[in-house]
Formats: sequence, structure tokens, C-alpha cells
Amino acid sequence: MTTPASHLDEVVAEARELVEDTSFPAVHRWLESHPDGKVLCHFQVYFPEEVAHAAGMLPIKLLGAGGALQVRQADARIAAFVCSIVRSSLELGLSGKLDFLSLFVTHPICDAARNSCGVWARNFENIPCQILYLPHNVRSTYAVEYLEHEYRRIGNVVAEVTGRPVETDALRTSIGVFNENRALIRELYRIKRETPWLLTSVEAYVLTRAAAVMPREEHNELLHRALAAVGGREAKPQDRVRVVFEGGFCEQPPIDLLAVIQDVCYIVDDDLLIGLRWLTEDVPCDGDPFLALARAYIETSSYSPVQRDPAKPKDEMLLGRIRESGAEAAIVAAAKMCEPGLEEQVGYSGALDEAGVPHLILEFEEKATVFEQVRMEIETFAESLLFEFA
Amino acid sequence: MSETTATPHAHSAAAPHSELIGATRDESRRLMDAWWAELTEADESGRPVANVFVMGSFAEILRCFDLPMSCPEISSLQTAVRGKSMEYLNAAEDAGYSPDICGYVKVDTGLHLTGRNHPNGRLPKPSLVVAPNTCNTYIKWAEIWERMYRCPVFVFDLPGWRGTNGQSADDFESDRAYVEGQLRELITTCEQVTGRPFDVDRLREVLSEVNRLSALYRDVIAENKNHPAPFDAMLDGLNYMGICNAWRGDPAGTRFLELALDELRERVRLHMGVLAEERFRLLAIGTACYSHFRRFLELFHEWGGVFVVSEYMSYAGGGIDKAIEYDLDRPIESLAEQTLRSANESFSRIFYSQDWQAEVVREWDVDGICFHGVKSCRTVSTGQPDVREWLMRHHDIPGLHIQSDLVDARLWSDAQLKNRVDAFFEALASRKVALDA
Repeated sequence: MTTPASHLDEVVAEARELVEDTSFPAVHRWLESHPDGKVLCHFQVYFPEEVAHAAGMLPIKLLGAGGALQVRQADARIAAFVCSIVRSSLELGLSGKLDFLSLFVTHPICDAARNSCGVWARNFENIPCQILYLPHNVRSTYAVEYLEHEYRRIGNVVAEVTGRPVETDALRTSIGVFNENRALIRELYRIKRETPWLLTSVEAYVLTRAAAVMPREEHNELLHRALAAVGGREAKPQDRVRVVFEGGFCEQPPIDLLAVIQDVCYIVDDDLLIGLRWLTEDVPCDGDPFLALARAYIETSSYSPVQRDPAKPKDEMLLGRIRESGAEAAIVAAAKMCEPGLEEQVGYSGALDEAGVPHLILEFEEKATVFEQVRMEIETFAESLLFEFA
Repeated sequence: MSETTATPHAHSAAAPHSELIGATRDESRRLMDAWWAELTEADESGRPVANVFVMGSFAEILRCFDLPMSCPEISSLQTAVRGKSMEYLNAAEDAGYSPDICGYVKVDTGLHLTGRNHPNGRLPKPSLVVAPNTCNTYIKWAEIWERMYRCPVFVFDLPGWRGTNGQSADDFESDRAYVEGQLRELITTCEQVTGRPFDVDRLREVLSEVNRLSALYRDVIAENKNHPAPFDAMLDGLNYMGICNAWRGDPAGTRFLELALDELRERVRLHMGVLAEERFRLLAIGTACYSHFRRFLELFHEWGGVFVVSEYMSYAGGGIDKAIEYDLDRPIESLAEQTLRSANESFSRIFYSQDWQAEVVREWDVDGICFHGVKSCRTVSTGQPDVREWLMRHHDIPGLHIQSDLVDARLWSDAQLKNRVDAFFEALASRKVALDA
């Protein structure tokens, strides 16, 4: 790649630093300019951050610590066969890196995540710890009404923490900020799909992931700069297999694993950080904003192994993602010890076999540092496809 | 389940003194055989069957449609007790299922993949699945059957414990309305599956049986406040809750618990404990290991340790220990309220049960807690080490944390477990001496 890619490199480097620095520099910067500000940390996968934002809170996404933190204290508090992200997220708290925490929220996405609420509540006795009960029976006639109330309930908790109620107009304004963010991320993904040679998988990933750890207005500004820089980049398409990466909805694969994949493949779509892209369209800013968010969660949303929705059969959704992105193959991954991901992997594999889509099954752990074996698997997979497609 | 046998230590204390002694175990075998006979007959005749789960079976609704209930947790557990689980686990792993997921799921999937021939009978294909969210794996499990059989799946949402800020009355009402709405939708689904109309008077009959069952179940658990405890909550307790799950809402289940209570009271009258000498009274958190069930119990019984209470009897007993009192004048509304309440107080309590555990230790005069984490179940196992540490720090309650699995024999490490258990009892013995002094 040639100039002005260097400008994009700078933006990506800025994002990567924020993503990899477990001291949360953007959060501390925000706290310096908001001395009375409160920070909400929510576990994966989806949280309506607008609700916290509207009350002046800074919502950040807990994504574990990858390999950046040695898990010591959390191992003594959580059973051995629980995934890494649950442990390393707790370790972030126990090691004092979340000393800004004012409210912790987790979700019933899996049994380990739901259990986390109790573990956090016992270990952070002065911090409110909450479970936001997103509905599992989303096609019930009563689900939207239930979820609207649940969002209002969490809004009341936020108001207790901040001393500031979630006002209707403020929530509409916040929805606007997050709509802009989602639109920018959609644009990033359009580039990945249509011209993946202009933006590497790792670049797109760190640019997206930075949203998890910084104020959303700042992230919008960062994405504007990145997208402008991509437009000026000159690069030519290469002979690489176009793949969809599936399995990054909760625990995140190491960035180096994505780099290994991008060495031989274009990841043209994925479910990485799907919570940031859960709402697939703009949420209406008029009408009742709580209701609008609840409707959007159910009606205009993506899919993942941790949400059952009979209207969105996951096998068909994955095949649709592959089709719409023009992918030739899929990498179906799952995090080690991730019950929903590992179970879904079998179903996905069967559906891909039936549809004749070549795919590679992978297992990863966020803290992995050695990729020689997986590199060989991916290269062999890609080479076999290149011969097949030749 | 009914195949369970007492350890040699328990046998020695169970010499018959009256006709009641041992009657409950005989009756539980008979009822479990009858349950299997009904499932086998249903498979042969093509009668619709519902697959349900113990933490929210909705038996109250399903019984109104005479839908036999297949409980895969029970049938999976039974394969392990009979030493057969590995062949099904292997079949599922050969089909691509990871060694790191729930063993119950894999045993059941293996059963379905190999022709549904269970050691106790024939496992029918589901005509309907009712999967509550009380365990997230239930939902993934249901989706496996859905992919296999294209059967209808009703995921029943029971919003549970919300964390440390509590819930207002308004919040509870929102949850209740959601649950009531889903109950009405489940009724419609059952009507579609069976072709039968819903009969609210039949629902009243079933609710009335569950009211009696719940009261009896609580009385049974309370009998273990006696010294010595008349039953082991991980051995006999498993039979009690197994029958209560399979026969919930049926008069046979109620009669079974009446018999159990009679036997327990007789044992108390005769000062007949589980063991010849009850030296330590234990609270069990988590499940047992069913691939090594007898050995698991033996590790404790040989030290004179008896499980006088198990948290398992609450959540895996379908929450009927939580004083269910259905109002028969408003059956569906009341069913919604009570189901939600038991979901909160029983199933959800798993995540934050330290205060309940401390209370049990006081009320049942418990010497120590055994936390048994199993790889198969993150619902019950994830936070166990933390609770153990919390109870030691805040209440000076001794706790043992060990890990193996429900049904996967590969995860049982006998020497390691015995070392841990022995060290725990040695510490408890020293502590008793110190306290007595």
C-alpha cells in the first residue's frame, strides 16, 4: 500500500493503542474532563448504551483482557472450566484496573456470564451489580413490552447511580449519537465486503473495537477520520479466499489470530463484536425512545448463538451473511469453554456441509500467543480452496 | 435415580425395623419404571411427547394435555449411574460436539444419534420442546432437537434475579405479565400439538396436586434437621426430586412423598440415621458425579459425613421447596406468579446463595459445605470457589471445593478427590475438637 495510507495507519495505531491498553486511557481522559462522571461497565454481548449515555454516564464494554493480563485472583474465584473472557474481565476489576467502575451490568447470554453478577457483587460490595434480562422468547407477543420495561428499570438504576434521570429528550439525543456510530461501522463493513484490499481485517477490527473503550462521540470522530483515509488508499486486489469469520460474538480472538487469517484470506464479514452492530438500522429518534430501543433489539437486529429467535434461524442467517458478502468459504470458530459457541459450531457445520460451503472449524482462546499450528491449518484450508476455485 | 444404591456405610444403618423402612426406595423404583414404560409406549404408539427440563418443566400445563414428559437430564443421569454414559458421550463427540460442553447434552444427543435406545427403555422423539431460560444450555439443547426433528420449540422466558439493587413491585408486575402471556401462548401451542382443547378445571386439579407436593417436599427436607438426619440429600434426595419431577402434578407423585415422609418420621422415631454414626453434617452445593455416584458418596460416608441438605434439591427439584401455593380461583395468574417466584428464589438463587447457605448451616446444624463443581454445568459451578471463600471470610464456615463432572467418567480423578476430601474431614475433625474444648 502507498500513501496516504500512512494517515490511515496513524488512525489505526491510535485505535489499537486504546484497544490494547488495559489501563483504559480514554476512560481516564474522560474522567479528567468529567470529574463527577460515572462509568458503567457491561459485559458482552449487547447493552443499550444509549440509556447510560443519556444520564451522562460513560458506558464501556468489558471484553476481557486478552493476553495482556496475567489472571491470578480471578482463578481463585471462578471454576476451572469457565471461558477466559469471564475470568480476565473479573481480573481487570480485581487488579484495580476498573477503579472507575460505578455500575456493572451483565446479561443472561450464557450461564457463566449470568453467574458473573453474583461473583462481582460479592467482590465489589459497594458497586451495584445488575443483570439486564434481555428476552429469550423474543417472538412472544409480550416480549417488546417486557423489554421496554426492562430498559426503563435499568434506566432507573442508572439514575440512582448518577443522580440524574434518563430524560426522554436526552435519550433521543443519545440514540442519535449511537445511530451515527452504527452507520459509520456499517460503512466500515461495506468497505470490508466490497473492497477488502483497502482495509485489512485487523485494521477494521481495531477501529471497530475502539468503540468499546472510549466515549462514542470520540469514536465517531475517529471513524470519520479513518473512513476518509481509506478513501485515499491505493491498493490492488490480491488472490485471496474471501471468508466469513463466525464465532467472535463474545470472547474475542487474539488480534494476531486475525492477522494470521488475513495473511491468506479476506475476512469480508464476521460476527466480531456483534453487540456493537446488533442493531442493523437506525433507531427512530421520535416517539418513545425506550420502546424504540426495545423494538430495534428484536425487530431490526443481527443474530448470535446467545439469542434464540425463530424468525432468524441461525443456520440461514450465516448462509445469508456468506451469500451477501460474496464469501467463498467460512471459518467457524468458537472460544474455548464457550458452551453456546461450541454447540452452535456443530449446527453451523452441518448447515454449511448441506449448502456445500467449504469451512474450517477453529477453537481459540483470547490469551493465546502461539499460532503456528493454526497458521498451518488456515494456509492448508486456503490453498485447497485456491486450487479448487482455480 | 431408582438404580442408585446406598454405600456400604449407609447399608449398615438401614437394617429394617418396620415395613416402612426401605419402602420409599422400592416405590421410587416402581414409579421410575412406570415413567419409562409410558415413554416407551409413547414412542411405539406415536403419542406426542414433550421434552422438558427440571428447572421449569411447566408440568402444570403439559399435564392438562396428557403429554408425557421426557426429562433428558434424568435420562442422561441414569445412563451414567448405570455405567453407560461414555458410549453416548463418544457418539456425540464423534459427531463434532466438543469435550468442553455439557455432558448431559452430549449423552442425550448420543442417544438420539444411536437410535434412542436407553438402558431403561426407549427414548421417544419430541413432539414439543419446552425450554426455559433458567439454564441457557437448555435453549441450545432444544435447538439440537429442533435441527434433528424439526419439532416445535417453546423457549419460556423466566426473568430471574436482577442483581444487588432489588426489584420494585412494578418490576415484578412487568415480569409477571410477561410470564402470564407466555403461559397463554404455551397453552395455544399445546392445543396445536395435541389437537385437544385446554380445560381450566383440569389445570385446577393439577395445581392442587402440586400444592400438596410442595408442602410435602418442604416437610421432607425439614426432617433432616433431626439428629441423626434420616436421609442423605445427595442419595435419597435424588430419588425424591427425580420422582417429583417425573410425576409433578400427578397423584402418584404426591402419594410417593407421603410415603417418603412417613418413612422418614419412622426413621426419626427409631433414631435411625443414614449411617451407623453420623459424625459430620454437610451441605452440598452443586451436583454429585453420577459416573462415580457410589464412590462419590463413599468418600464422605466413610468419614461419617452425611449430606443433610443439598441446594440441588431446590433448583433441580423444580423449585417446589419454595412453598408453592397456587390460588385455584385464578389458576393461570397464580401459576404465573408462583412460577416466577420459584424461578427467582430457587433457580436464580444459585448465583447469589451465600446468605441462604449461611442460614442453612445454622438451621440444619451443618459442620461444613461441599462445593462440587462439574464441567458439564456452568450454571451451578461458575461461582462456587468465590462463595466458598466468601463464607469462610464472613461466617467462618469451612468449605471444600472439588471438581469433576456429572456424567463424564474421564473427569473423575479418584486419588486427587480422595486427598481433598480426606484433608477436609481431618480439618473438620480438628475444628470440632477445638470448638468442643
